[in-house]
Amino acid sequence: MEPVGTLHPSALSVRDLIWRILWDKEKCTLCGKCTAVCPVRAIEIGVHRKRTVDIPIGLQTKPANVYQVYHGIDQVTDLAHSCIGCGMCTYVCPNSAIFAVRNDEIDKLRFHLNQGGEPRRRGGRRNDPGSILDRFKFVRISMLTDPALDAGRHEFEVRTLLGRILPPEEVVRATYENEWIPPVREIYPLIIGGMSFGALSPNMWEGLQMGVAYLNEELGMPVRMCTGEGGCPPRLLRSRFLKYVILQIASGYFGWDEIIHALPEMKEDPCAIEIKYGQGAKPGDGGLLMWYKVNKLIAAIRGVPAGVSLPSPPTHQTKYSIEESVAKMIQSMYMVWGFRVPVYPKISATTTSLAVLNNLARNPYAAALAIDGEDGGTGAAYNVSMNHMGHPIASNIRDAYLTLVKIGKQNEIPLFAGGGIGKNGNLAANAAALIMLGASGVQVGKYIMQAAGGCVGSENDRCNICNIGLCPKGITSQDPRIYRRLDPENVAQRIVDVFLSFDSELKKILAPLGRSTSLPIGMSDALGIDDRDAAERLGIRHVV
Amino acid sequence: MTALQALNVMKEGHDGSGVGIFMTDLGGDLEQFKGSPILSGIFSQDGIRKLDRYMMELGLLTKFKLSIRPTKKPPEGTPKRDVYLIRVYEYPYEWEGMSSEETANRLMKIRVDLRNMGEEDQSMMVFSFWPDVIMIKEVGDPLEVADYLGLDLKGLKARIILAQGRQNTNYGITLYACHPFFIQGYATMTNGENTAFIPIKEYLISRGFPGYMGYQSDSEVFTHILHYSKNILGLGLQEYKHIITPLKDEELLRHPDGPFLRHLKHSCRFLTIDGPNCVIGCLPDKTLFMVQDSKKLRPGIVGGKPGVFAFSSEMCGLEEAIPDRDKSQEFQPMKYDIAYVDSTRTEVKRWNQWEPCTRPH
Repeated sequence: MEPVGTLHPSALSVRDLIWRILWDKEKCTLCGKCTAVCPVRAIEIGVHRKRTVDIPIGLQTKPANVYQVYHGIDQVTDLAHSCIGCGMCTYVCPNSAIFAVRNDEIDKLRFHLNQGGEPRRRGGRRNDPGSILDRFKFVRISMLTDPALDAGRHEFEVRTLLGRILPPEEVVRATYENEWIPPVREIYPLIIGGMSFGALSPNMWEGLQMGVAYLNEELGMPVRMCTGEGGCPPRLLRSRFLKYVILQIASGYFGWDEIIHALPEMKEDPCAIEIKYGQGAKPGDGGLLMWYKVNKLIAAIRGVPAGVSLPSPPTHQTKYSIEESVAKMIQSMYMVWGFRVPVYPKISATTTSLAVLNNLARNPYAAALAIDGEDGGTGAAYNVSMNHMGHPIASNIRDAYLTLVKIGKQNEIPLFAGGGIGKNGNLAANAAALIMLGASGVQVGKYIMQAAGGCVGSENDRCNICNIGLCPKGITSQDPRIYRRLDPENVAQRIVDVFLSFDSELKKILAPLGRSTSLPIGMSDALGIDDRDAAERLGIRHVV
Repeated sequence: MTALQALNVMKEGHDGSGVGIFMTDLGGDLEQFKGSPILSGIFSQDGIRKLDRYMMELGLLTKFKLSIRPTKKPPEGTPKRDVYLIRVYEYPYEWEGMSSEETANRLMKIRVDLRNMGEEDQSMMVFSFWPDVIMIKEVGDPLEVADYLGLDLKGLKARIILAQGRQNTNYGITLYACHPFFIQGYATMTNGENTAFIPIKEYLISRGFPGYMGYQSDSEVFTHILHYSKNILGLGLQEYKHIITPLKDEELLRHPDGPFLRHLKHSCRFLTIDGPNCVIGCLPDKTLFMVQDSKKLRPGIVGGKPGVFAFSSEMCGLEEAIPDRDKSQEFQPMKYDIAYVDSTRTEVKRWNQWEPCTRPH
């Protein structure tokens, strides 16, 4: 071995990275598009010197070295620029001359992404492709004893409720006595979960809003979208489209100055207020918008200076007890809109979810409970939080539902499930399974980004750089040079596609079960799973 | 027997695996005991002894008996039983002056207790304990069973009869799964499979009302929803229909009672039935009704002539029971309708969910 001086412990070869660039010299046109598009500059144009030994026939000329130069691609191995596998290079290459492929063993990169003592942070999701939600089967098929329905031609009422629902006795009494009845929204059971203006690019957000408006106003589907913690653009706050929006308030209170100022000018009430106490991707941790993405626009909406990271506290500053301060916060939010808007908390799935639920059951204003499981996504979080913190959604939502059944309040506090729904593309099947376990509806984020924005992230640590504003598809970037790649009109069209196809698939599940009049919430007899322990844990059929 | 003959005509639609009969507005020997509770069930000798002990302790004394002790060989498929009990009791002295609600709850508690006591050793199966109500249930071909039990015997007469000619075919055969079902004066029987059974059952059980139990059949929930709507919520038959088959969200915008019905729909979301079912029922005021679920996939027809009406799942049953009826007046309720005949038995009345509810809210 030639002397190379000292080797830094973090000096890695392309073999040690997660992704390795394969480049075909024969096909490459040297156009340079791949190096220009790479969001992390993992590849650069390389000038390579190559020696060949030229051995002429005969003895007159002696063999000699011939030095040639060729141009091509070099993969950068320094940590900050290691390939993220997004595949944009492949996308732009006119000759399909370049690919990123996974190295065949566990990378060594992971041991070094803590330079300066700073652990790895990233966007995306838990790096675990498995999902129990994909293993549920719908086993109660209407056969002969009752006819299966025609998913295409039968009428279905695919609607759910968001709001505190009084028990029937109370409804009758309150009607006779002309008393206040809490507001309840009739909405579509698939909700676009909280992805903030800031986490998402303006084009992505605008596309989502347009798609939601079209679904409501042209197709009659009451689809709702949650803002996440980042406020809401001022014009939207003052528009009639606000009624399709669930405003989120979280521990950083970002954007609420703007919302409060818009109150006197609001033409419509928002659909609901979601108080975020927790998030599945990083339970017990607050929101995080890293400085890269805090540009002038975001800073203005959030009421902060530009260019600083915005970590929200893990909990609301005033939350010293669930009995009192959470109850007060819920009531205060009701009061803002004159008790016309439902207010509900969102928590991360945890073994303590039931304690939260029991408290909410006693609070007559809590309009719902959204529980976000460990498979939820995020724009930015510590790697360890995403990969290791949190509780799976299936058993948590089941326990919550059965707790409500026990106290007879399964209809009073609707449960909404989130986290990993459709993570492997099975959106309708996953959603239906959670509804049959007891959820009134589901919240999805990542699936929407993938299907409507073209996000290339995966549970195999592909891309996942939502946190640094370099999203190669322009979904989570705040740099206009990048996000202009995404046309809001196209996003809107894709949102409509997603909801229409979801609706058809959901009906294809409901129809064979013979259900059309009401959503099969808690219809656990329809579910089966091939795992005895899971079946026993969830109180469903074990089928093999 | 007419009712059972009508059932027999519809045999193509049932497998003759059992028979369940609910009788009220009794005539014959039982006419004179209108206000006294009647216990109906199947008892072994041991069960009778247990029953007597239990009733004595409560101070309930037998006033009249019309029990059937079969002596013949039972038809094929029908088990041999000791006694088909029909016993009229006298209220204890302490019950005097008690509110009707309290009396009703005590009667129900006795029925449920006896049922639970008998469940251990199968010595008692109790179907009803209520004034002016008799229920008989058995496995086997309806006509053969009726003949075997001598149901046309003179003393047993009723002006209202609900009869179903089939055991529950979807689950194991148990007499408690046999229609009609009964609770505190309400009886219903159903045609079809209740696909939303589990969530409805869980919701009813979680109401904490002691009579909401059993559920060997998915159809039992229809009786209990009726009871819940009327006795617990204090609503009427029209609201019952709105509870089990609420109008769609958009439809409620156009309904005169829209705001109330919307709240009712929300709060009774777990009681929405998803059918396909045709429900035939009888209220304590002797009104008979028929409703369909929102899919209206099941047959059902109501017709007759003043004084005699039949509610049948198939037209041939009606034809057999009342051939000389005015056919222009018969009615097949669709998804929004209630067809009912009140205790005056003069006409088939119809009500449609698009009409305003006649009860004040």
